[in-house]
Amino acid sequence: MSVLVMKNVSVTLGGTSILDDVSLHVGQGEFVSILGPSGAGKSTIFRLLTGAVEHDSGQITCNGQPLTAKQQSFAFMPQRDALMPWRRIIDNLTLGLEVQGISREEARARVTPLLADFGLEDFARHYPAQLSGGMRQRAALLRTVVQDRPVLLLDEPFGALDALTRTQMQAWFEKRWRAARWTTLLVTHDVREAVALSDRIFVLSRRPAHVLTEVQVPGPRPRLGRRITPEAHALEAQVLDILLNQTGKAL
Amino acid sequence: MQSHAPRRSGRGLTRGIPAVLSVVSAFLVWELYVHLSGISPLMLPAPSRVLEQIVLNRALLWDNTLPTLKATCAGFALSLTVAFVLSVALDFMPRLRRALFPIFVVSQTLPLVAIAPLVVLWFGFDLTPKVLLVALVTFFPMLVALVDGYSATDTDIESLMRSMGATRGQIFRSARFPSALPYFFAGLRISITYAVVAAIFAEYVGARAGLGIVILNAKNSFRPDLVLAAVVISSALTLGLFALTALIQKLALRWREVAGT
Repeated sequence: MSVLVMKNVSVTLGGTSILDDVSLHVGQGEFVSILGPSGAGKSTIFRLLTGAVEHDSGQITCNGQPLTAKQQSFAFMPQRDALMPWRRIIDNLTLGLEVQGISREEARARVTPLLADFGLEDFARHYPAQLSGGMRQRAALLRTVVQDRPVLLLDEPFGALDALTRTQMQAWFEKRWRAARWTTLLVTHDVREAVALSDRIFVLSRRPAHVLTEVQVPGPRPRLGRRITPEAHALEAQVLDILLNQTGKAL
Repeated sequence: MQSHAPRRSGRGLTRGIPAVLSVVSAFLVWELYVHLSGISPLMLPAPSRVLEQIVLNRALLWDNTLPTLKATCAGFALSLTVAFVLSVALDFMPRLRRALFPIFVVSQTLPLVAIAPLVVLWFGFDLTPKVLLVALVTFFPMLVALVDGYSATDTDIESLMRSMGATRGQIFRSARFPSALPYFFAGLRISITYAVVAAIFAEYVGARAGLGIVILNAKNSFRPDLVLAAVVISSALTLGLFALTALIQKLALRWREVAGT
């Protein structure tokens, strides 16, 4: 059963068509990626889902209900960690719960047991600037998952990290995801990341974005932290080919 | 995993050495010049003489420092309250900002020399005109700092909070206000240095007591040494208030200290 369904959604912003007839769906416990060239409107899909922009036509439903402003179906993790520099890590982690009206004590009580899984147990009292990029990103992810929403929206969560940290973080994230099976929608322009983490990939065209193709990613998990299989390699090449040739002049 | 090394005050002390040296040598040059040139103390008293006057007139100076300090603190408290309340109102109502901001800017173009006697005329020789003048002079830097500080909020943080379903009020409390604090303290430091001077000027125009009155009377009786004695006290007041704001800033922005930014 699909948790999130977008059917024939179009968005126009300031006279420019950003999304053109986009349809996609995410199932319970599924990891779905939206892969597309830079500036294609991938992030617009998230802004749409979090209520920052409106769609002109089409339908969006979450658990069968049409999307409304009141209903909070998504927990969003932005590209940059957006941790508040003046709050200690623990207080950054409880932000979403505080916004929901949960008391600080209870919010802390909910977050604290999760710290260890995210490698943050010794850093709860630190300020964000005292943490490395990878740790900040883990904190941002924990801040997202504690909100306990039906769907996680991850906007290029590893894009700002250096290559080595990114690889470590992806492997760590896959492990956490395998344990928790969050219903996840990931936006990325990194083909390898999409193939490594996803169950399915929607490949978007250049702007105005429409879905070029939907790719099923077979193969057992974990996929990261070991040698890339020939099948994964072939799939990466195939997806890259779609991106390069059918989205017009890339590179 | 950067470990954190909070700055030690010892380093702050060592850093202060150049400042102390330059101030001390300036006074030494002044002292030497007065003695070597034989200039009359009615023209230019030596620093030692000014210091002597402070000690001799300590009762007079103390009695007149209290009203000035009172006017300064009351005026500053008023200005701080008005600046904060206005800044919040302007942040929630951009149209109000466009309507009122020109008035605030104009209020800063008024020459104090002209406005102070009028304010005294309207409100008498009591505390009120001094409080108003101190507030008039000091509120603008704080208001501008707060308004600019709010709009300097990281847009990523704001959209994150919106995605969490936060209300405008929650976003203000949790994101916009804390973001504005470093800006606010910059404005506060500028304001506080104006405050004592404004209070003294207001007294100079008309008052029963205060450092401004001491300066006025000393000038009229050709006592530059006593004028400068009062000036030293007024500078000390400003420096003390400045140090106090620096201390409050340090406590309020602890996250910056710890992070070493």
